[in-house]
Amino acid sequence: MLALLCTVVHLTLFYENQLKDHHLVIPSVLQGLRALSMSDVLPPGLAVSVLKAIFQEVHVQSLTQMDRHTVYSIITNFMRTREEELKSLGADFTFGFIQVMDGEKDPRNLLVAFRIVYDLISKDYSLGPFVEELFEVTSCYFPVDFTPPPNDPHGIQREDLILSLRAVLASTPRFAEFLLPLLLEKVDSEMLSAKLDSLQTLNACCAVYGQKELKDYLPSLWTSIRREVFQTSSERVEAEGLAALHSLSACLSRSVLEADAEDLLDSFLSSILEDCRHHLCEPDMKLVWPSAKLLQAAAGASARACDRVTSTVIPLLLEQFNRHSQSSQRRTILEMLLGFLKLQQKWGNEDKDEIPLSSFKTPLCSLVSLALADPSTQLQLVGIRALTVLGAQPGLLSTQDLELAIDHLYRLSFLEEESQSCLAAMEASGTLATLYPTVFISHLVPRLAEELHTGDTELASGEGPSYQARRLRCLQALSAVSTHASIVRETLPMLLQYLRHVHRGKNANSNEVIAVCRSLHLVAGQCQQEPESCWYFHQTAVPCLLALAVQASMPDKDLPNPGKLLLEEEVLAAMVSVISTASTHLSPELAAQSVALVVPLFLDGDVSFLSENSFPSKFLPFQNSSSEQKRLVALLMAFVCSLPKNVEIPQLDRLMQELLTLSCHHDRLFSCTAAAKCFAGLLNKHPAGQQLDEFLQKAMEKVETGLSPGPYRSQAFTLLLWVTKALVLRYHPLSSCLTERLMGLLSDAELGPAAADGFSLLMADCPDVLHRAGHAEIRIMFRQRFFTDSVPALVQGFHAAPQNVKPNYLKGLSHVLNSLPKPVLLPELPTLLSLLLEALSCTDSVVQLSTLSCLQPLLLDAPQVMSLHIDTLVTKFLNLSCSPSMAVRIAALQCIHALTRLPTPVLLPYKMQVIRALAKPLDDKKRLVRREAVTARGAWFLLGSPGS
Amino acid sequence: MVGASSGAGLGGLLENANPLIYQRSGERPITAGEEDDQVPDSIDDREIFDLIRSINDPEHPLTLEELNVVEQVRVKVNDKESTVAVEFTPTIPHCSMATLIGLSIKVKLIRSLPERFKMDVHITPGTHASEHAVNKQLADKERVAAALENSHLLEVVNQCLSARS
Repeated sequence: MLALLCTVVHLTLFYENQLKDHHLVIPSVLQGLRALSMSDVLPPGLAVSVLKAIFQEVHVQSLTQMDRHTVYSIITNFMRTREEELKSLGADFTFGFIQVMDGEKDPRNLLVAFRIVYDLISKDYSLGPFVEELFEVTSCYFPVDFTPPPNDPHGIQREDLILSLRAVLASTPRFAEFLLPLLLEKVDSEMLSAKLDSLQTLNACCAVYGQKELKDYLPSLWTSIRREVFQTSSERVEAEGLAALHSLSACLSRSVLEADAEDLLDSFLSSILEDCRHHLCEPDMKLVWPSAKLLQAAAGASARACDRVTSTVIPLLLEQFNRHSQSSQRRTILEMLLGFLKLQQKWGNEDKDEIPLSSFKTPLCSLVSLALADPSTQLQLVGIRALTVLGAQPGLLSTQDLELAIDHLYRLSFLEEESQSCLAAMEASGTLATLYPTVFISHLVPRLAEELHTGDTELASGEGPSYQARRLRCLQALSAVSTHASIVRETLPMLLQYLRHVHRGKNANSNEVIAVCRSLHLVAGQCQQEPESCWYFHQTAVPCLLALAVQASMPDKDLPNPGKLLLEEEVLAAMVSVISTASTHLSPELAAQSVALVVPLFLDGDVSFLSENSFPSKFLPFQNSSSEQKRLVALLMAFVCSLPKNVEIPQLDRLMQELLTLSCHHDRLFSCTAAAKCFAGLLNKHPAGQQLDEFLQKAMEKVETGLSPGPYRSQAFTLLLWVTKALVLRYHPLSSCLTERLMGLLSDAELGPAAADGFSLLMADCPDVLHRAGHAEIRIMFRQRFFTDSVPALVQGFHAAPQNVKPNYLKGLSHVLNSLPKPVLLPELPTLLSLLLEALSCTDSVVQLSTLSCLQPLLLDAPQVMSLHIDTLVTKFLNLSCSPSMAVRIAALQCIHALTRLPTPVLLPYKMQVIRALAKPLDDKKRLVRREAVTARGAWFLLGSPGS
Repeated sequence: MVGASSGAGLGGLLENANPLIYQRSGERPITAGEEDDQVPDSIDDREIFDLIRSINDPEHPLTLEELNVVEQVRVKVNDKESTVAVEFTPTIPHCSMATLIGLSIKVKLIRSLPERFKMDVHITPGTHASEHAVNKQLADKERVAAALENSHLLEVVNQCLSARS
């Protein structure tokens, strides 16, 4: 051990001496020293002497890049392991290093050197009198101007240098007196990047600076930031300017005040207010918004800043609102005010006794009232947002204020023609109702109930379209306001009662029933988060809906025709979404309780749990019943396919068997599809195992028998499609086999086109079954996987297929491609592109359209690959821009526009041809086509032209 | 033709730093008729206005619509007779950018309208000091063509016509 120590000492001394030798040996000596610098056994004191020797004997900047890097490594190594020793050198170490790095030019070395300077400062090495020198030797690189050479193997980006230099410059307040003038100079320069970098650096500095450092520069900093925000044409500079102002204000707020010192924050904010307030009084002028943004940035930094700014600005804006009478001006003012109110809300709640804003409450409320009563929609919209913000402030609004607000919202929900304010008013009602449920129950809900009710008397005297619209609004309002459990208990019975009433009415029409269902659906969605109201909704609504539907399906000759309304496809679809939403969030125990009632209803006709259960005849949809009863299988699907996975379904075997039978042996496509979907939904969630295999085997037998020539081919095809989807989603091993079967059908004369469209169903998200909300088993990457598995076969099938069925393959392929995220598509592009180009010549406009919509993003994302085919693309796109179908013309023109993203040199030979050809669609008879033509032609004109 | 004004305003001080701002009209709502393949839609005032309203002002990061330089009521089109007339209003009577703005509007229309149209772009009467001279320049086809040969001028016009980033 001792011997080793001795050797190390001798070696070190030897190397130190060699540093004085001829410059040719120095690189090797440095290598040796670097190896030693990593050694653990270097005795104390040697690190210092090595560094001293290097500082004294070596002129680092005349070495090569590699050797300079070695020197930096030696220093870094010592700083890591021998901090104490190095610190004993005092400021000499700092000075030595300054000399080492002075004049460094290589970005690789600079990254290391910046890191060393950062450590010097942050680890508190003594800088002595060399603070300014250290600043000079680093700040000379600011702002970083470096473009990495093409094919740079080192991968150093401009951003890396910027960030590491910024870390150095912003690391200590001791640089402030040198740095701030430099930043000011660079912000005032013309270079956009210099402005951005300076503002960002200033922003970073504010984290370590205090009042002392900033004091002298505040006026100039403010002038520069103000200028950038007022006059800039770049949104980034504006954003960085605002961020820097925010940090300045935060920094000043943070510093502790000395008793006799001037409050810098106060005077800083005063100067901002001084410069901005008069612009706030000119709501038509350009500078009004930049001023408001500046004030909001400064105020957003701390509670104190917020108080200081808002206490001046809010009264000012209140006064300005009353002084200006035009709606557009008032809107601008209110919108600014809204920004400040939100800030108040953010900072207001911090340990204060009085409720913030309470001193302005009365004028604010009357101002919002004015806005809500104004005829201008834009002003109303801002007013509604302001009302929501005020309402969100706990304890600010009294019951009277709220009642007044509700009056306004009620009026806006009904009286306004403008659907925008109506929707906004309803949304605001919903938000406020969660906070103040009792006021809404006592004040708004009864009026809505009355509104629904008064409808009836008018119904007798004849109904106009306005009346209908009003009732629809009322239904919307009822659902919008049902955001609190206690409100749902009021509104849900009303809606159900109304549904019962409507579908029995003389003049009932399906639109109205659908509207009620839509409201119920919304309410169900709002109930999902709270288990209790979720169960309440489920328990109340589901039996009622089922009872009404069962009633309607009874073969009752006396029942008036409107009673059958509930069996219409659209109405059933609306009910499906209600039942499905009401069932997805049930807890397993409650779901089990409910499923034990619903399944026997459909299998055995056990109607005892329905709210009205005296029916003229039995309800047995799976047996030899009327086709009306069979339609209700859709409702069964809505329920059982939405339950959480772990809920056990009673009599599953029998249910599956019945569903299979129904899916293939009935001539009404609706009931068959519903049964197939229900089967698929259950299959998808069923755990793997013998039972699942049995279900699958039975299904396949059913499909194969059905597909053989006979009356049920399309039903069997539908079953195959849904079963395939259920398996594709969960990556079941059998899915590839089923997909192959489906592809085989593409060349089927009868089912081919349907099979092609089936691919879109496989890829799409389904609204009513097999969706995530209904807890279906869906792997995230299923589309990609399906693509990889099926596309080669589709391409092969296309080439092998006879001419007359080729379009089916193209269509199927288009559907798969369309559904795929484009990044997945890009690597596959070379193999598929020729096929897509061929598809452009296909005469089927559906194929044309989907091919165009597939090519358009590719043109944007992969211009290099696409430019190889420029000739074909230009010709085909121009041809299609004269297609008889408007949608194809539009898509073709969008592609022609997207072509301009290709490298300009590739495009220039075609420029005149395209511009000439686009003159024709400029005179197209359809405006939407002309619009695309104008955009595309304008972009082609700019190609290769100066200023683009 | 606008040599004097072409360089100004791109650096240096703005002639009118705090102009009045007007609200943008929203996108034109798409009607059922427009989506119907069979119904022809004629070219109307709003369509022409939509072409020019988004042209950028040479000085401000604002559109001509926001500065109220162009208004829909000052656009007249007759599809059958193939004529378009556009009046534009400079923000201040001595605006040195007037010719450049007029040129941008003209070039936008040339690029976007079918060739059959005869177009007339001029200053709203009484809103500019050298109204007559500017109108004359804009009406002269050869001077417009010659102006677009000047690559510096073409650059500024193209910037006005580029989509805002």
